[in-house]
Amino acid sequence: MGYKAKFRVYRGDGEQGGLENYEVDVNEGEVVLDIIHRLQATQTPDLAVRWNCKAGKCGSCSAEVNGKPRLLCMTRMSTFDENETITVTPMRAFPVIRDLVTNVSFNYTKARQIPAFAPPTDIKAGDYRMQQIDVERSQEFRKCIECFLCQDTCHVVRDHEENKESFAGPRFFIRAAELDMHPLDARTDRKSFAKAEQGLGMCNITKCCTDVCPEHIKITDNAIIPMKERVVDTKYDPVVFIGKILRRKPRETGKI
Amino acid sequence: MTSGTLSPGRARITARTLRTDKYWISPLLTVIGITAWITYATVRVFQQNYYWAAQGGDEAIRYLTPFYSPCISNGCIEGAAEWGTFLPDLWFIPYAALTLPFLFLFRFTCYYYRKAYYRSFWQSPTACAVNEPHKKYSGESRFPLLGQNSHRYFFYIAALISIINTIDAFHSFQSEDGSWGVGVGSIVLTANVILLWAYTASCHSCRHIMGGRLTNFSKHPLRYKGWTFVSKLNGKHQELAWTTLASLVVADFYVMAVAAGWITDFNTF
Repeated sequence: MGYKAKFRVYRGDGEQGGLENYEVDVNEGEVVLDIIHRLQATQTPDLAVRWNCKAGKCGSCSAEVNGKPRLLCMTRMSTFDENETITVTPMRAFPVIRDLVTNVSFNYTKARQIPAFAPPTDIKAGDYRMQQIDVERSQEFRKCIECFLCQDTCHVVRDHEENKESFAGPRFFIRAAELDMHPLDARTDRKSFAKAEQGLGMCNITKCCTDVCPEHIKITDNAIIPMKERVVDTKYDPVVFIGKILRRKPRETGKI
Repeated sequence: MTSGTLSPGRARITARTLRTDKYWISPLLTVIGITAWITYATVRVFQQNYYWAAQGGDEAIRYLTPFYSPCISNGCIEGAAEWGTFLPDLWFIPYAALTLPFLFLFRFTCYYYRKAYYRSFWQSPTACAVNEPHKKYSGESRFPLLGQNSHRYFFYIAALISIINTIDAFHSFQSEDGSWGVGVGSIVLTANVILLWAYTASCHSCRHIMGGRLTNFSKHPLRYKGWTFVSKLNGKHQELAWTTLASLVVADFYVMAVAAGWITDFNTF
């Protein structure tokens, strides 16, 4: 059964703009992105929205629906009341290019700062071997579709623009964890990098990143907290420090 | 406002949040729950009475509330002070002053409680995608919150204290003359200890120590099994954090009620 839904959509850019009201047809089984496309087709042909796969796998249509960071293509209209006014805005942690499209280049800047995977020097290419139980933790983080909803909801940068310089954000903490837990990554400085360069200590683990992840990656429990504990191993744990002196190992924990 | 979500270039939306759900309920319940628990615990810890159930007149039972374990003050009743008494009996020194600060710090630095009180008490943030009221933010990167990194030490101490609680629960099945039996109190104290162990073992630091710090699980199969088990418990850490707050109050209140003579403990002694 179709009905007319009330929508408020952000129109404008980062200089000026606001929420504009629309009434638009909704059919059974549709998602918010369908309604945005119908708006484009029938009422506002210049409405800007970034999208691609419509299957929750490309991470393009990230926005905020009723104030919550969501993928437009994965937000079913059936989850709303028919009389409800649905508000759609761009991600509020990033600069707006136009309407629902944001400039997410902050994330690519942070991605480039992470040292790449370093293959072991004592094993020939082609001879790399890993067991499943050694890589399964890293594999969870490879599910990331880079929608940047976690970055959008993280209050460290959402509410404090000045922190963007020193804070990489949850998406790149899972990258740090993925590499530090990787059995063949030869670098041993991932922990100190996460602390000093990525601003891991600024995260106060309020779990909003986990709450909004459309891939249900346990970002906080499986990446950020384990990385914090690994930093504690190397920076704050005198027991580990004494143990390493006795065993004559460098303080930065290597691969165990 | 020209910072936060109204920083230059961002959407020109002034609302603190556009969320329409009741996002404030969870932090409100957290504030109510934690405040009520701290109030109850503070009153009981400084009450210095009704902590040893044998006071009720039934000398057979030996129930010691976890809030007074181990009872190490000179003011402790003889039967309750199994570990010796060496603290002066002053009104402002809890009878279990050796352990209570560490148990408090274990929970204060716990990753779950941190989330809970940062959101509810400190409003940083109140809820996801709700602007926080603070102008500056440095997280846990500076003193005093840098001290949150000491969580694993309080975990070690809390595990030792859980052993003491376990001994108390064990003794609740034994009467003064050495005979064995079971009472409602021993069941309550044992259930509380089991939950305390589950909460302690489900701690994120425990998970890390057990095997989280390893890179090659395949070379450490026993630790991998331990890590897998603790990971399952860890998934229930939030629930266990609240359940143990409740179980501590239930255990303490039961002992107090029996000690004060308000109720009679049903037992086989």
